[in-house]
This record gives sequence, C-alpha cells and structure tokens, in this order.
Amino acid sequence: MSTYQLDARRLLCPMPVIKVQNRASELNTGDILEVVCTDPGAVNDVPAWCRINGHEVISAGQEGDEVKIILQIGETDE
Amino acid sequence: MPNQKHKAVSLISGGLDSLLATKVVMEQGIHVEGINFFTGFCVEGHTHAIRKRDQDKPKRNNALWVAEQLGIKLHIIDVIDEYKDVLINPKHGYGANLNPCLDCKTFMVSKALQWLEEHEFDFIITGEVIGQRPMSQRKDTMPVVARDSGAGDRLLRPLCAQNLPATLPEREGWVKREGLYGFSGRSRKPQMALAAEFGFEEYAQPAGGCCFLTDKNYSDKLVDMWQHHSSRDYELDDIMLLKVGRHIRPRDNFKMIIGREEGENKFMEGYRKEFISLFCSSHSGPLVLIDGDVSDEDLLLAASIAARFGQGRTAESVVMEINYPDGQSKPVAVAPIAPANIDEAWYV
Ligand code: SF4
Repeated sequence: MSTYQLDARRLLCPMPVIKVQNRASELNTGDILEVVCTDPGAVNDVPAWCRINGHEVISAGQEGDEVKIILQIGETDE
Repeated sequence: MPNQKHKAVSLISGGLDSLLATKVVMEQGIHVEGINFFTGFCVEGHTHAIRKRDQDKPKRNNALWVAEQLGIKLHIIDVIDEYKDVLINPKHGYGANLNPCLDCKTFMVSKALQWLEEHEFDFIITGEVIGQRPMSQRKDTMPVVARDSGAGDRLLRPLCAQNLPATLPEREGWVKREGLYGFSGRSRKPQMALAAEFGFEEYAQPAGGCCFLTDKNYSDKLVDMWQHHSSRDYELDDIMLLKVGRHIRPRDNFKMIIGREEGENKFMEGYRKEFISLFCSSHSGPLVLIDGDVSDEDLLLAASIAARFGQGRTAESVVMEINYPDGQSKPVAVAPIAPANIDEAWYV
C-alpha cells in the first residue's frame, strides 16, 4: 500500500475526474491517492466518481482556493 | 430469461434519455456500465466553475449523477484530440450552428465500440429517439450512425427500438423486444411518464443539445477564431477561452477578451503567462487578455477600450497596466474610448 499525489490544479471539470480515473486505474487496491484541484466542482465530482466506481473517499474539502481529496483505491477489476 | 452474462455499455450524456434507455436495459437483467466522452465543448460544469454568479447552483457533473442514480460505473473518456477532426471536417456537415451532430454521434458510437471490444462487452446502448433531433435522430440518419460507426446491429436504442429493425441483442434473446419502447417525435411526454414510472423525479433537461457547439454565440466566436488563426486546429485552452468574457475584435490582428465578473477575471488570470494582459490600476475594472500580435499603437487602442469597461469609464484619464507574458509591465495613461467610437461590428 503506497501513497500517491495527483496535481489537477487549473483543470476544469470533468478533467480532474478523468485524471483521477486514469491514475486510479494504474494503482492497486488499498493505495492512497491525494488529489489537489482548483475547480470547486471537483469537491462533488471526484467523490461521486469514487462512489460509483467502488473507491473510498477518506476526506474531501476546500482548503483556501484549493480542493483536496484523499481517496483509497477499492477492489480493481483488472 | 434475463441473462446476467451479457454486458452493455451505455452512452451517458447526463440527460433524461440516456438515463431511461440504460434503466430499461438494466431492468432486463443486463450488466450495464456507462461511458461519457469529453470533447472540450461539453456544457458540463465549466461555466459554473468559472462564473462566480453561477456558483450557488449545484456544481454537479450530470453524467456522474445519472450513473449514481442508476448504480452503474461510469468511464469518462477524454476525446479532445480525436474530436478535432470530427469538428473540422464533418462528412455530413453542421447543424444550425457549428454542431456536427451526425458525425459526432457516429464518432461516439465508434469509440464506444472500441471500448466494448477492449472490455469484451456485447452491445451498445444510446438514448436516441427517432425524430427527436433534426440532424442525428431522424429515421433516415439513425442507420447511418449504426453503419458508419461500425457498430451495426450491436447498437440498441431501447427508447425507440420497436420502430427499428431488431438488433443483435433482441434477435439473440439477450433482451426482450417487448420490454423496449417505440417512442418517436419531439414530444418529451413519453419520457417523462417513463421517468415517473421508474421513480426518477429529478433530471437534467438540456435544451438545445449537449454541447456549446449548438450555441450561436459560441459558434460565432469559434468561426472568428478560425478566420484569424493560421489553421483551424485548436488546443483545449483556445476553446475554453471562447466560453469566457466579452470578445471584441477592434482590428484584424487582435482580439480582446474582457472578463465580465470576478470569477471570469480569476479564471483568466491563469493565462497571463501566455497573453499580454491589461488591467486598470487607477480604478477597478476587468482583466483583459489580448489575443494576437499587437503594436504599441494597438495596445493604446486596447487600453482605451478596456478603460470603458471599468469604473473609470467616465474619468478623463485612467492608468492601465500593460503586462507582458515575460513578467514585465508598463503603465499607460489613456482616455476611455467614447461609446460612439466602439463599432458594434467589433463584438464577436
Ligand atoms: S449537440 Fe454536440 S455533443 Fe451532442 S451530438 Fe451534437 S455535436 Fe455532439
């Protein structure tokens, strides 16, 4: 189990979700991904994407002008 | 018997039709996953994210929301680069604005087919309804999408399937034809009734279409950009900037993008390393980006126009800061241009 970072700043939705999705597909079950975004919509969209794709949202919130989301990779199909 | 083994991929736009089409097939016991394509022109989220005054509206991505309502996975695919050819060279031309709907639908179904083959799924679902849209959803164009995409009879449109020849999943008995629908025409009533039957109370109702290309103002800006750039090729940033600000082209060689409110100004700040930008230091006013190659004389004209959009519009003189992408800046004192001297034709 490892922790990874993803910088999705300056991207507008759905690009942060696409970045998270593509990165998550390379990780293993239990890995942690810390994502930082500037689009305020990401605070809703990234957790929604996690819920429907079986990943766990550990925290999601606004920190100043940035949105920080920490998620844990769930069971992977591949 | 419903067959759990068969799998379908459904094109999820975030609107009601794809929500219902997917649900209809899920009801028959098929495993469905959603797919959504991001072309760069999708109305989704962006404008809400940029414009401050829209920020109290819920900023949800409708495709994700639909997938969550259905309890299915959603795969969002970035097709920005591949989509350029669809938009620049549409075989079947454009709709009322720069929307190449027929080529766009064909492209999306062909991408879904590629995904289906890679993931060993069996068929594709779309929420299309015969007669719903003037270009891509006519009785004579629906076979074109199936044929040109390569999907053929693996493309199922559950909402109007009873008006079309039986597809592979129907012939093979994976789905029962009698459990599908025969909707046609522009009326939304049958869809609303079906939504009520399934207990969907809230859903997005996109008016013109699912993207900015159906919007006249947006299309005008895109045409202007193509006329003034050396090629019709574009980057995501180019098409994003067409969604923000007031666009004014006082001269052939440059265009001004003038922020209309705080959210847009903030978004445009991110482009100050790529464009010359102007802002008023003596009064408050918008951020302005200059797109094009400009002379000092052009910049003075731009500064006087920019001054007209700030609080100093009635002052005799205002100070505008000209900021260059390399970080240098230069203040200039200018008189705001008289309204009568702003040619209506400058507005893109
Ligand atoms: S409205 Fe836009 S996204 Fe929808 S089919 Fe037409 S061109 Fe494609």
